[in-house]
Amino acid sequence: MVTDAEIAILLLSLKVSLVAIIVAAPLAFGMAWLLARVRFPGKLLLDAVIHLPLVVPPVVTGWMLLILFGPQGAIGSWLEHWLGVSLMFRWTGAALAAGVMAFPLMVRAMRLAIEAVDIRLENAARTLGASHWRVLTSISLPLCFPGIVAGLILGFARSLGEFGATISFVSNIEGETRTLPLAIYSQLQTPGGEESVTRLAILSIALSLAALLASEILVRRSGTKRGSYVL
Amino acid sequence: MSFEISVRKRLGERDIHVNFRSDAKLTAIIGPSGCGKTSLLNMVAGLLRPDEGHIVAAGKTLFDSAAQADVPVEERRVGYVFQDGRLFPHMRVRDNLLYSGRVRRTEDHSAKLQEMASFLGIETLLNRWPNSLSGGEAQRVTLGRTLLSDPDLLLMDEPLGALDMARREEIMKMIEHVRDDMALPILYVSHDPREVERLSDTVIAM
Repeated sequence: MVTDAEIAILLLSLKVSLVAIIVAAPLAFGMAWLLARVRFPGKLLLDAVIHLPLVVPPVVTGWMLLILFGPQGAIGSWLEHWLGVSLMFRWTGAALAAGVMAFPLMVRAMRLAIEAVDIRLENAARTLGASHWRVLTSISLPLCFPGIVAGLILGFARSLGEFGATISFVSNIEGETRTLPLAIYSQLQTPGGEESVTRLAILSIALSLAALLASEILVRRSGTKRGSYVL
Repeated sequence: MSFEISVRKRLGERDIHVNFRSDAKLTAIIGPSGCGKTSLLNMVAGLLRPDEGHIVAAGKTLFDSAAQADVPVEERRVGYVFQDGRLFPHMRVRDNLLYSGRVRRTEDHSAKLQEMASFLGIETLLNRWPNSLSGGEAQRVTLGRTLLSDPDLLLMDEPLGALDMARREEIMKMIEHVRDDMALPILYVSHDPREVERLSDTVIAM
């Protein structure tokens, strides 16, 4: 049976991933909108930078977070000085690492959803007197909503599996930064930890599978309900 | 004066240049595909910005490059009946018809909705989703949604384009009714000379 310690690890993982996604979601949406709808110089470069965590070794991403958010880092020292906040060796740092790693996946899914919204429908709404805000809330957002949620779920699943950036940025501290993958890694190093590894691994697989299924169902449902609209 | 339009717009390789005045209730624009008819309507609606010129419609200056006047789309009160309908797929017919804030904010909007629905013969469609409508039904709903937005003028972009002969006649009669009984200047785009001859004496060739 799953032990209390393992339940605590699961809850910590869920907390870290949820916070990561909630904070990253508006940023990811704004970035996806920018990439989908706005033309500006340097767009290609921005697109590439956003996708970096997807291709750079996660350890390198963790090291970059360490440089930026460490006590001497450009952002870290600022946070410490003005807000008295430190992300080092804290679960909030784990959430930051998870959010950064999930960011490109979220932006990708949201961007596709935004690009699929027919601009002609938005134009039609404007000729009927709708302001930009009303067009966004009554036409654009409802039409891309399933894709946005799918992006969130995908990002959540990616966050749950985050390992490399987390361990190099905030280390592997029980009860603070030891999420599911880090706990599995620790148990693998521990004699007699095999049973615990099995239980934690099954938990991981079940969570990821559920998230992927939910995302897929949402995308499909939105596809059949709306269909491609023809007169 | 229904329309006074003099605009120039360069779109890629094409140079669109239109210059006319019309007092007719319905002014027809005719020309082959790709000559810029839809671009002209988009400029009147404010969806496309002319390089230079002016657009005066139903007594209002909507665009004037010399005076740097450019009324935003949502304030132009231009009713646009698109060729492809453009009903909002995530809203039922009733919500499509009542989309415009100009009708929804009025106290008697449900009476207006009923009146429009019976005029267009779409009372039984109000709870349907757009993707379940036939071409003729969708075009009637589109016309209703546009008229309910309380426009000062109407733009029609080949509204019969996607319809079979029987439906064409039906929609044509409604357009004639709108032309004769509602004081709305209409700019009507088509590539079919017979259609245009029947609707208007004022035909502009592009």
